[in-house]
Amino acid sequence: METSTWKTKAGLAQMLKGGVIMDVVTPEQARIAEEAGAVAVMALERVPADIRKHGGVARMSDPEMILGIIEAVTIPVMAKARIGHFVEAQVLEALGVDYIDESEVLTPADEDNHINKHKFKVPFVCGCRNLGEALRRISEGAAMIRTKGEAGTGNVVEAVRHARQLHADIRRIQSLDEDELFVVAKQLQAPYELVLQVRELGKLPVVNFAAGGIATPADAALMMQLGVEGVFVGSGIFKSGNPAQRAKAIVEATTHYQDPKIIAEVSQGLGEAMVGINISDIPEGELLASRGW
Amino acid sequence: MTVGVLALQGAFIEHEQLLRRLGQDVVQVRLPQQLSGIDRLIIPGGESTTIGKLMVAYNLLEPIRERARQEMPIWGTCAGMILLAKEITEGRPAGQPALALMDITARRNAFGRQLDSFEADVPVAEVGVEPFPAVFIRAPLIEKVRGDTRVLGTLTDGRIVAARQGRLLATAFHPELSGDDRLHRYFLDM
Repeated sequence: METSTWKTKAGLAQMLKGGVIMDVVTPEQARIAEEAGAVAVMALERVPADIRKHGGVARMSDPEMILGIIEAVTIPVMAKARIGHFVEAQVLEALGVDYIDESEVLTPADEDNHINKHKFKVPFVCGCRNLGEALRRISEGAAMIRTKGEAGTGNVVEAVRHARQLHADIRRIQSLDEDELFVVAKQLQAPYELVLQVRELGKLPVVNFAAGGIATPADAALMMQLGVEGVFVGSGIFKSGNPAQRAKAIVEATTHYQDPKIIAEVSQGLGEAMVGINISDIPEGELLASRGW
Repeated sequence: MTVGVLALQGAFIEHEQLLRRLGQDVVQVRLPQQLSGIDRLIIPGGESTTIGKLMVAYNLLEPIRERARQEMPIWGTCAGMILLAKEITEGRPAGQPALALMDITARRNAFGRQLDSFEADVPVAEVGVEPFPAVFIRAPLIEKVRGDTRVLGTLTDGRIVAARQGRLLATAFHPELSGDDRLHRYFLDM
């Protein structure tokens, strides 16, 4: 009997597929998310929209708050650590969270190195904008990937960009001669073995969700039709007019993403969606997706 | 023969791929009308609360129960096993929707949290001498079997992780992740 094997780490992400992971800041929100059908919750102190608004340094959440959320629900609980902040990750592992998100939404703690995720028993999810970034994170030990999008905007355009880029990169590798993969690995700054694996599988070797800007049931279904395996919804739920109903609608649209009639049905009467931000209105230094490399 | 895989949420594609390697026709089931073309059904791993709610929202519980009464074989893995169980312990306080078909008591998250997820070799005599390489992820456990339910597999300490009652099969682990197709072939012969 062996605990925390690669199969159990990557396997938990496989069990989350086709589902919605929701950002929550209180046990009460966590219960609403579970009741709406979330497959997991992401415990954090402020949703990305508020981090964006209030500025300052965004850190790992208060352990007491995370424990309160773990106590409140039976579904898996994830929490965010700053990029490169391996002690925050150690703390989250000690608290017993089920997954750690090494996240660009928080202020990076190391501008060169990400966390060496192989050293941990708890699995990690990391963000990416393209194949090279995804494979670098996997080589560091990430057991799940999410395309970054632009968190806290309620604007799905960056999530679409990153998912399309990732899949275009994968298709390109598949079209190449195997003699050309050595150079491709160099260009991608990714290990050759992982490049080879992606070529054989036609997908990442771990589960990939979409994140960053999903605010409506149609947004979630759009990302699913673009080929991601599930979605993270951050500010989009609890910054909207009717969180419980919107959360349930996004869950149903993610399951029935190929069925426009159902998406139309669940999209009715949801009240106000979160107010979105145009990416071009965000000063370049405040773009979260450019954190991490 | 066509095998349905409940595709509301979870690791349904892994089951589908394994079944296709065995030469089976597979249909993803998300709506009640998709049940009519299938001869057996697999309920995959995933989040049992999510899958249960979606089964209620899309009116799948009663049609699946009806097919079970007509002796259609059904196999639940992990979350799917919880949904088959007549009794669930450690469920959500308010109770969670389930098919409640099989005379077992399932305990959710019986081994603890993700940090306690593990791999173990489980002897399942009915599928062969070699123990089955089993992956347990935030796994449930069968606390009790009743009626004519038979225990098919236990951990070394005796805790029950696989059982069968008539044409219902339940495993607490994920045969779709281990690359061993013996339990899938066993299910196809049920």
